[in-house]
Amino acid sequence: MENKNTTGKAAGKKTLVEIQNLKQYFAVAGSLFQKRYVKAVDDVSFHIEEGETLGLVGESGCGKTTTGRSMLRLYEPTSGKILYEGKDITKVDMLPYRRKMQIVFQDPYASLNPRMTVGDIVGEPIDIHKLADSKNDRLDKIITMLERVGLNSEHANRYPHEFSGGQRQRVGIARALAVNPEFIVCDEPVSALDVSIQAQIVNMFEQLQEEMGLTYLFIAHDLSVVKHISRRIGVMYLGKLVEIADSYELAFHHVHPYTKSLISAIPIPDPVVSREKKRIVLEGDVPSPLNPPSGCRFRTRCAYATDICAENEPELRQVGNGHFVACHHI
Amino acid sequence: MSKILLDIQDLRLSFFTPAGEVKALNDVSIRMNEGDVLGIVGESGSGKSVTAYSIMGLTAHPGRIIGGTIDFNGHRIDRMTEKEMRKIRGNEVSIIFQDPMTSLNPVYTIGDQIREVLFLHTNLDKKQAQHRATELLKLVGLNDPEKRLKQYPHELSGGMRQRVMIAIALACEPKLLIADEPTTALDVTIQAQIMELMIELKKKLNMSIIMITHDLGIVASMCRKIVVMYAGKVVEKGTVEEIFYNPKHEYTKGLLKSIPKLNATEREKLVPIPGTPVDMLNPPPGCPFAPRCEKCMKICIRSMPEFTQISDTHASACWLLQKEAAQALKGGNSIGK
Repeated sequence: MENKNTTGKAAGKKTLVEIQNLKQYFAVAGSLFQKRYVKAVDDVSFHIEEGETLGLVGESGCGKTTTGRSMLRLYEPTSGKILYEGKDITKVDMLPYRRKMQIVFQDPYASLNPRMTVGDIVGEPIDIHKLADSKNDRLDKIITMLERVGLNSEHANRYPHEFSGGQRQRVGIARALAVNPEFIVCDEPVSALDVSIQAQIVNMFEQLQEEMGLTYLFIAHDLSVVKHISRRIGVMYLGKLVEIADSYELAFHHVHPYTKSLISAIPIPDPVVSREKKRIVLEGDVPSPLNPPSGCRFRTRCAYATDICAENEPELRQVGNGHFVACHHI
Repeated sequence: MSKILLDIQDLRLSFFTPAGEVKALNDVSIRMNEGDVLGIVGESGSGKSVTAYSIMGLTAHPGRIIGGTIDFNGHRIDRMTEKEMRKIRGNEVSIIFQDPMTSLNPVYTIGDQIREVLFLHTNLDKKQAQHRATELLKLVGLNDPEKRLKQYPHELSGGMRQRVMIAIALACEPKLLIADEPTTALDVTIQAQIMELMIELKKKLNMSIIMITHDLGIVASMCRKIVVMYAGKVVEKGTVEEIFYNPKHEYTKGLLKSIPKLNATEREKLVPIPGTPVDMLNPPPGCPFAPRCEKCMKICIRSMPEFTQISDTHASACWLLQKEAAQALKGGNSIGK
């Protein structure tokens, strides 16, 4: 089951989830005969090893969320394969896999049903997968989950509106954990939270990973948070994976021009470092994914772009141990 | 010494809601000089935006200033009528809001919205206003300004809309520009463009900026002075170096320890601030941070500490500092027990 597009596979480690040439197009308004497509994810491949965290970063519209959702088949992929423990799950019934693969959403306000108690929200996946033998067993399981995320039994009878943002995110995490999953897609789980609360949730993700042996796909636009929590990081731009590497390698030895400008644009919370830092300010905006540039999609904003960038699309090439980059000029 | 541009003294502002009085600002004192770039940092509900709105005279019902003074460039903002305020707002002080998507009127063209400010505050005729509007769009780095003037907000991207907001704010060359989380809704590469633009314009137009944000990275790279707010109170103020390298308040310390740094070469442990933000309807009687503070003492729960001056520019409101200060004065004799 070796595929040449699979990036940075280390020998000995077991791959838990893998996507191969995943494409996710969305049809948008066009004429009857000529449908137009937003190529939200276009030919992306990567794998995630058991017990590791892969971070996925990029700006809005780069396809990072869509990638995460397509991996769980919350969207039906246009083409490409999703492998879970080596089995192709692109076309199978997902119910048994939903027990293993879960998601935590970005917005803790919108992702909890306001008319359900927190107990029922956490209990729903237990009911769906028939994991409880009796009513008491169900309640025990719910309370165990709530305690695991730092809430307690008395929270079970309350409604989401009675909770703060950070507490709601804990409920969202408890719901994902209720089925004892192996793999969790964390879709911007701390973006909506206050700075002082973010660290609580990030630390909790790490602790849960240790205790339960979880594997994460951690999607966020805040590279500092992603670097902190991930072992490897992938950078996306306009539906393409442009660079993927070990998180420290990516933070300090990134080579793709987009990654360079992305990292240089992040303000560092240290006045001296921040003042000395040279910023590469990109010109213009991200092009529309309806009509992406030919060849390399970053070329319209890239300082190093030449003719070849417009003609050919660069493939991901290995430049170091587990470090892959898609650029003609490296 | 440069001239004082803005002097807020013991400002108290409350929102009178059906659920009760929310003390959004509690004895807030902020002073800034001409040419300063001041950062106001705090999390949601800390009162940083309300402070900004009160400088703009935008504290409408159910909000009311119940004490203190706001002196801006010789005007007593807190005593002004709406009619008087209109002459200043958008002219001497202007604001850019967080969300460029909702703060522009969708049914007017960009040109209409820039010219509106010009007609209100200047005597330019139609042709001159058109010319000035074009100039402003060039100033904020929008290409093809004549075309942009005829476009509607939905035709522009988020970054472009924020540039238009800045153009509108700068139309009358204000002395003070308040930026209320101007880049929170934008992507980092666009954020970098907007920050760069603001710094450049500050130099060009010689204005002062108040930057309101929760992002310590932005503050570190843009501001000279910082005010840290928590639950409607100023808890610490100082220069950017003092706050980042020598924080004195436990909240500021906690905040700095809880953010991951991109330039850290080793894995750092994040130390979160425990607990949840203050319920503003029911704030604690003493120091608002006491319930989440690990060094909380009995006195912290009972009453709010005064500011302790650490240097000419650095001050912090924490009982721990008072004790230290007193101990230092009395040669180490333990007091306050």
